[in-house]
Amino acid sequence: MTADTHRAIEAVWRIESARLIGGLARLVKDVGLAEDLAQDALVAALERWPESGVPDNPGAWLMATAKHRAIDHLRRRKLLDTKHETLGHELEAEQERTAPDLDRLDDDFGDDILRLIFTTCHPVLSPEARVALTLRLLGGLATDEIARAFLVPEATIAQRIVRAKRTLREAHVPFEVPRGAERASRLASVLEVIYLVFNEGYSATAGDDWARPALCEDAVRLARVLAELVPQEPEVHGLAALLEIQSSRLRARLGPTGEPILLLDQDRARWDQLLIRRGLKALERAEVLGGAYGPYTVQAAIAACHARATSPEETDWTRITALYDALAQLTPSPVVELNRGVAYAMAFGPAAGLEIVDPLQDEPAMREYYLLPAVRADFLAKLGRSEEARQELERAAGLTRNARERTLLIERAQSLKRV
Amino acid sequence: MRFLSIFKTPERTAPPSQEEMDRMGRYIDESMKKGELVATEGCLPSALGARVRLANGKVTVTDGPFTEAKEVVGGFAILNAASKEEAVELARRFLGFVGGEGECEIRQLYEAPAPVRA
Repeated sequence: MTADTHRAIEAVWRIESARLIGGLARLVKDVGLAEDLAQDALVAALERWPESGVPDNPGAWLMATAKHRAIDHLRRRKLLDTKHETLGHELEAEQERTAPDLDRLDDDFGDDILRLIFTTCHPVLSPEARVALTLRLLGGLATDEIARAFLVPEATIAQRIVRAKRTLREAHVPFEVPRGAERASRLASVLEVIYLVFNEGYSATAGDDWARPALCEDAVRLARVLAELVPQEPEVHGLAALLEIQSSRLRARLGPTGEPILLLDQDRARWDQLLIRRGLKALERAEVLGGAYGPYTVQAAIAACHARATSPEETDWTRITALYDALAQLTPSPVVELNRGVAYAMAFGPAAGLEIVDPLQDEPAMREYYLLPAVRADFLAKLGRSEEARQELERAAGLTRNARERTLLIERAQSLKRV
Repeated sequence: MRFLSIFKTPERTAPPSQEEMDRMGRYIDESMKKGELVATEGCLPSALGARVRLANGKVTVTDGPFTEAKEVVGGFAILNAASKEEAVELARRFLGFVGGEGECEIRQLYEAPAPVRA
């Protein structure tokens, strides 16, 4: 087989697999089986297409092939001795519906993808399993790609996915979009999975496998798809906005030798304006829909304050403090509090910041967190309390695991000594 | 990864019909929904455009229409794709959808650090 055809087939797979699996799962009511059938169709394509060429409508070809396998499979299991005629009709009707009629395609695509993502993010699964299954079935990622992205052995991910499919089957999780009271919590689970995927990619550092930063792209794509499919949900737009704006800084946040560059030190000319525009638009939609106080929307609004400022000095810190006040109420945590302190210091001076972050020193979760003493040191130095600042910098240097960061902190501590 | 797709086609004499506009609108919606399309714009007639060129240190401006050109830029799209092959497949589908004659020039966009999915 020529390498070109192989790559072309892979490309088709990535474009079509989610829709394929979603459509099949609707028929066979089992996500695991649906994926197996879709994979079978892929294998058939890999055998056939190098000789016959890629068909004009490769998605329809894969779907037709997979559906034939579905009938075979159900026949073999003798599940449908009497019913199979009905199913045959159903499948034919189904085939008609998936003919390239744009309106139809529209509806089917959306519904199937939604059912699929609500299923792969089902709370009956552990968060790790949700992430792996979502990337596999919706992102079209291969098991080894997921493994490399999460820095775990391939066998671990493979097992995780097999177990997740079994759990869904055994728990008789229906292949449907949840309605009513269940919907909000199920949607929250979907958003959380997308956010987890993004953060994993965002925490990638120089020298990591390419699969790690690529997770950001997978997450943004999922968020965009979801925002189009459930346009009435403000937090979906909030999450999309947050991820678009965070992504806009991806290429500005690492220096030439891979050292992290903090937000305020970044070269803003390298921020991606297209993503910022998309992010601001998504944020606007979230706010128009009444979602201004959703946790993702508030975080997006904070990110937007930075995105709108063409220089650090132009940042609207007063607005950021108000947003952090809101966030601290919605999702209280020591890290949010620390950020709130930084915002207050920027808006109202170091004393205001110190007042907020000082109580955090008693938080057990913050005891090993180098940023707390680093931030305190900054406030103390600005207040002229050099000796305390120096001690805090040394503490921070002892806590960080990043060698470059440690050097930086020690240098700053020494410069304070000289004063 | 992101790709720029520049669509070039023989310039048409009549503006698109409402039906064509609607069809294209639906295609764009659909592509957005799938997360394949990041941004896209279509061009007005080249009669409203110009070519600005620097040669031998001198800038010359040629107003449209570009009648001498066999094909003119009809629009562009920014595609989200995991590989060049995927971008090519998306362009293939787009061309099949619009019909007629034309080509899409596909160029990967600079993004640093660029995750390259082999």
